[in-house]
Amino acid sequence: MTNRYETVFIMTPVLSDEQMKETVQKHKKFMEDAGVKIFHEESWGLRKLAYPIQKKSTGFYYLIEFEPENSQVIKDMELNLKRDERIIRFLTVRMDKHAVIFNENKRAKKKKQAAQNQANA
Amino acid sequence: MAQGNSDVRYLTPINIDTKKKKYCWFKKNRIRYIDYKDANFLIKFVNEQGKILPRRITGTSLKYQRKIAQAVKRARHIALMPYVGDMLK
Repeated sequence: MTNRYETVFIMTPVLSDEQMKETVQKHKKFMEDAGVKIFHEESWGLRKLAYPIQKKSTGFYYLIEFEPENSQVIKDMELNLKRDERIIRFLTVRMDKHAVIFNENKRAKKKKQAAQNQANA
Repeated sequence: MAQGNSDVRYLTPINIDTKKKKYCWFKKNRIRYIDYKDANFLIKFVNEQGKILPRRITGTSLKYQRKIAQAVKRARHIALMPYVGDMLK
């Protein structure tokens, strides 16, 4: 049973929208080529940072939840993230079983709410 | 007119705060996983300067205090929470 990981990375706010999408696409393509099953993606958009990183006080947050085949993929992916100068910070976390359940329930609840809104909207 | 038995009269009655039984909030609500991405939840366990509150104040059990500490440190790393805050509350 392969482990599930969750990566959050922050991109510099200097980028335009296409550049931002293009960086995300680049990393996702690398992961897909390496045979990674992506479960969930989320873009939190531009957010204010709690403290300035590289003299910038806002950043684009992006979250990917995935399941790699082996841990070598993670090392290569993190190397790519480190090399990419547009990404100012990233964090990869292995999710234990409670985390997986937590995320599943959160998504289910959000979907149910979305359905409810459409229903009464 | 006054009873006169207690010569010392306090302006306001001193209330010794009764010993409030501290309980572990996580064990009570049977919380399994503390999400490091949820900053406004973690702020409850951090004081004004952004430091993690000790167990003797929050009363959480050791197992969950470690989870809280790890979540806060991760949140700080991805700049969701400040290392040194100012009047967070």
